[in-house]
Amino acid sequence: MTSLLSILNLVTFFPIVGVLIILFLPRNRHNAIRWTALIASVITFALSIKMLADFNINDPDLQMVQEVTWITVAGWDIKYHMGVDGLSLLLVLLTTLLTPISILSTWKAIEERVKEFMAFFLLLELGMVGVFLAQDLFLFYVFWEFTLVPMYFLIGIWGGPRRMYAAIKFFLYTMAGSILMLLAILWLGLNQGTFSIPELIQTGGIDPQLQIWLFLAFAAAFAIKVPMWPLHSWLPDAHVEAPTAGSVILAGVLLKMGTYGFLRFNIPMFPEASLKLAPWMALLAVIGILYGAAVSYAQRDVKKLVAYSSVSHLGFVMLGLFALNMQGIQGGILQMINHGLSTGALFLIVGFIYERRHTREMDDFGGLWKVMPVYAILTLIVTLSSMGLPGLNGFVGEFTILLGAFGSSPIGSRLYAGFAAAGVILAAIYMLYMFQKLFLGPLDKDENKGLKDLNWREIVILLPLLILIFWIGLYPKPFFELMGPSVQKVVDILQTAALAVH
Amino acid sequence: MASIEVGVNGGLFSFAPLIIFLPILGLLINIIVGRRFGERFTGAVACTAVGLSFAVAVLQFIALRGHPEGVNVMVADWITIGTLDVAWSLKIDTLSVAMVLMVTGVSTLIHIYAVGYMHEDVRFQGDPGRYTRFFVFFNLFVASMMVLVTANNFLMMFVGWEGVGLCSYLLIGFWFEKGEDGIGNAVAGKKAFITNRIGDFGFLIAMFLVFWQFGSLEFDQVFTSAQAAGAAVGGVATAITLFLLLGATGKSAQIPLFVWLPDAMAGPTPVSALIHAATMVTAGIYMIARNHVLFELAPFSSTMVAIVGGATALFAATIAVGQFDIKRVLAYSTISQLGFMVAAVGLGAYVAGMFHLVTHAFFKALLFLSAGSVIQGIEHGHHHIEHGKEATGPPFDPQDMRNMGGLRSKMKITFWVYLIGALTLSGIPPLAGFFSKDEILADASHANPAVYWLLAIAAFFTAFYMGRQILMVFFGKPRSEAAAHAMENPPVMTVPLIALASLSVLGGILNLPGVHSLTDWLHHTLEHVHAGEFNFIVAGFSTLLALLAITLAYLIYGRTKMKKGEPDPLRKILGPIFVGMHNKWWVDELYDLLIIRPYVALAAFFADIVDWRFWHDWFHDSVLARGFRGLAWWLSQAFDLRVIDGIANGLADVTKGVAARLRTLQTGYVRNYALSVFAGVILVLGYFLFR
Repeated sequence: MTSLLSILNLVTFFPIVGVLIILFLPRNRHNAIRWTALIASVITFALSIKMLADFNINDPDLQMVQEVTWITVAGWDIKYHMGVDGLSLLLVLLTTLLTPISILSTWKAIEERVKEFMAFFLLLELGMVGVFLAQDLFLFYVFWEFTLVPMYFLIGIWGGPRRMYAAIKFFLYTMAGSILMLLAILWLGLNQGTFSIPELIQTGGIDPQLQIWLFLAFAAAFAIKVPMWPLHSWLPDAHVEAPTAGSVILAGVLLKMGTYGFLRFNIPMFPEASLKLAPWMALLAVIGILYGAAVSYAQRDVKKLVAYSSVSHLGFVMLGLFALNMQGIQGGILQMINHGLSTGALFLIVGFIYERRHTREMDDFGGLWKVMPVYAILTLIVTLSSMGLPGLNGFVGEFTILLGAFGSSPIGSRLYAGFAAAGVILAAIYMLYMFQKLFLGPLDKDENKGLKDLNWREIVILLPLLILIFWIGLYPKPFFELMGPSVQKVVDILQTAALAVH
Repeated sequence: MASIEVGVNGGLFSFAPLIIFLPILGLLINIIVGRRFGERFTGAVACTAVGLSFAVAVLQFIALRGHPEGVNVMVADWITIGTLDVAWSLKIDTLSVAMVLMVTGVSTLIHIYAVGYMHEDVRFQGDPGRYTRFFVFFNLFVASMMVLVTANNFLMMFVGWEGVGLCSYLLIGFWFEKGEDGIGNAVAGKKAFITNRIGDFGFLIAMFLVFWQFGSLEFDQVFTSAQAAGAAVGGVATAITLFLLLGATGKSAQIPLFVWLPDAMAGPTPVSALIHAATMVTAGIYMIARNHVLFELAPFSSTMVAIVGGATALFAATIAVGQFDIKRVLAYSTISQLGFMVAAVGLGAYVAGMFHLVTHAFFKALLFLSAGSVIQGIEHGHHHIEHGKEATGPPFDPQDMRNMGGLRSKMKITFWVYLIGALTLSGIPPLAGFFSKDEILADASHANPAVYWLLAIAAFFTAFYMGRQILMVFFGKPRSEAAAHAMENPPVMTVPLIALASLSVLGGILNLPGVHSLTDWLHHTLEHVHAGEFNFIVAGFSTLLALLAITLAYLIYGRTKMKKGEPDPLRKILGPIFVGMHNKWWVDELYDLLIIRPYVALAAFFADIVDWRFWHDWFHDSVLARGFRGLAWWLSQAFDLRVIDGIANGLADVTKGVAARLRTLQTGYVRNYALSVFAGVILVLGYFLFR
């Protein structure tokens, strides 16, 4: 059932409406532009909620599928093929939630070229949602590359002092990985005769030796995006230079495109290779967890600290995915959401203080709890969520990931999960250190004595994230139920492959 | 192990979740309106919430008399993935209810005391606005502790386990701008949390092992499978229990993770009493008792538990002898007494361990609160003399026992209750501590002689340092102006002290030799516990040791009065040994050297050298970027940044151009026209969406 105004199309392309309206607004009417962008993104969010309502949680397959032939070249059918399942649903919702939040966070922060900023931001949303919904490799690749463009400008125009350097690095780095993926996509199209992802998964039968090469080609693109250690070098630059809203989206959603890629493509399309390479992926993940945590601790710039913490957190996600069992993968997906919420919130929090003080050096702060109690408490909650305090969201993800990895037969050794669990200690060290440097101790800097606590707009920005932090921590059942059947399907594919190997 | 599931019609049992929810309700009320309605309201809400929690616990006690086998009370689903199925579910049995009664009971008394104490403290520290925050954290602690105690599975217990750790962190650093260099309290809180996290790491690994061995995290299922498998799972059980032991050494401040507890005294005194003496720190002992089935399958682990407990008991007792801070003495005493309990559960004397846990909660809460009373009395005195006088010299430390002396006559109630607490702790019959400590010693004497001697010597030191403390604080002449002007505190503080003193005197009734009420009560949960026999030789010997120690303390500290500015007389007698005791045997310094500094250096090395200079600057910027640029230059003189700039500017120009061109469309009437077209589009979209 394909129709132009079907829900998936609307969720993906509604931001275009906002972009078009913004293009017609005079550039000096900043507030009108902001409100247009906000309303467009809120409507997109409402549309995604409608998609959630239509979603059948018992169906493991793609739902609300849109499929029309797009390009036919030399017998290849490239299709406009969209669909949603348990692997992507939550990520789409995360995207549509974080976009209006980010837009609201720019109210005071972005005063220059508001028009272009908002237009790029909505285009970015379009690209991200498209990435999560595309079910044709070619279409996916188009969306994947498309997201680079607005993000490039968001960093390059509205970023910090070294913005051009960071933007170019971000662009080139990601591009380099994508080219290998493009080659693999072309190979698949040529040899398997289709670009349809579900078809490719169902057909299977790729020679296991070849799978390894294809796996690696896709992994090149995804691992850079995640970023997996040691391919993370672009991340601190991008984060430090990006404007707050850009960082929120970068950490919250763009990085998840990498982990999602592994889950959607590498694991089900190349199950034999995944089984074989799982210990190696786990090794990189664990190194990332520990290395990211240690490097975070040594930072002096709050934003950089949070940026490096992403390397650690995404290591957990990767470890979970490549546990290749139910607990690991479900935990991994949930942790993608958790990281989006917690780290997104952390970047917003860093943005709040940066807007007030125009510095992010931790040594410039101390004792802020005294003047900004609301800010302190909310930061504390987010900090605790990020370091995996039980009862909050991060713990549910980390625990299930570690549990899955601990008992994973493809990973093969309990040591990986054991070392990863030590990352939980290190997380407490750098997170509490950050909290201490900002909020505890005496309020001894004169510049900080007159700081104003959060205003209503800022509290409203954080509120949805905080609600989800508690909700997922205390009652994650609905979230797991959404992904359960689809993850089961992936695990079944892996089991079949494992049997074939033996 | 058989227990029934309880639904909504479980009689009194269905009230059990209120034990957790009432304190949460209390803290929510205080968050929302606490500051508006003032201190009295805040205090009343917090105390009522915990008091009602205690009342519900009593109801559970009554209900259990009819169903001593216990019940599970399901609250909500939590995590269900594949075979992993964990629920928010309460385990109400004789063990958990004994613990709940103790915790909520002692908490209620300490909450009441805190109403008075914090009223003064927030003013003394200069920020009355924090009164409400204190009680919010305090209620949160009780709620977390209840989650820990009533959990029917490992994971929920872990929620409480880290939850109490969080409250501990928040309350140690409650005056986060105070302490050494203005940051000391905050650092102490962080130290507590991180040290505990090391223990929690052990707990986590233990959970993973349990799940993949037994396929469940629910206590009943795990223990049933473990018992059924018997010796076949001995190896795994040993691994699980050793990791659990690591968890217990964190929370219950045992070797090697005890270092956080003395620093935790930076928190306000009610916090030290409730969290860092009476309740939270006993969680490790409770957890081991809860997992007794697994420990029984792992004799090696049990022996390790006993040795850790015995060694900690003695080691900490020696440090307590060399301290001058009134609360630090009690802190090391707590570590030492926890060692007694840990040793007990390690020797299989679960009832003795739990018995001492309960009596210790009474008398150690009493001692800490009395110490708080002393400190505030001194602060009053200090305040009194500071009026109209310029503050000179180093800041006055109201907790230093060298500044005290002669308080017996100034603070009569405090003196008497303190004395009762000290004698109970020293194990003088017939006070509560005598019976509970003696039960441990009696069990140790035939289970493990080595551990027995560790504990017996520790008991000697205990009586000695308490004697020393009483003599330094309450006897002799005041050694500071502040002590000379000390004043007794109001009844809101002294009445809870008297209540706790009564409990310390009478607590032994819980498990008198020959009657064994507690043994009978707990045996429904802890199978094959035996009633400890009363051993006159052991009891007589330890009483003798205690009296000897007190006499010795009198000879050193009582006969000749200590004078102002005089060093500790023990310094002359013991020489370098006393220096070692005073400096806590340099354990903190050792950890700093072996663990903390290397980690800081390693992190800096990774961050600055590896990640930044090598990987970021050299490899990416020099090798990759410059290499590529060189290549491009060589290929075509014009390729370099111009292209990239070109792309950047080009795309920006294109966008601007498009926007500009589109804008020219919207002048005059055209704009209105365009807008109405878009309004129409939105309407159509809305129609298709919501039809």
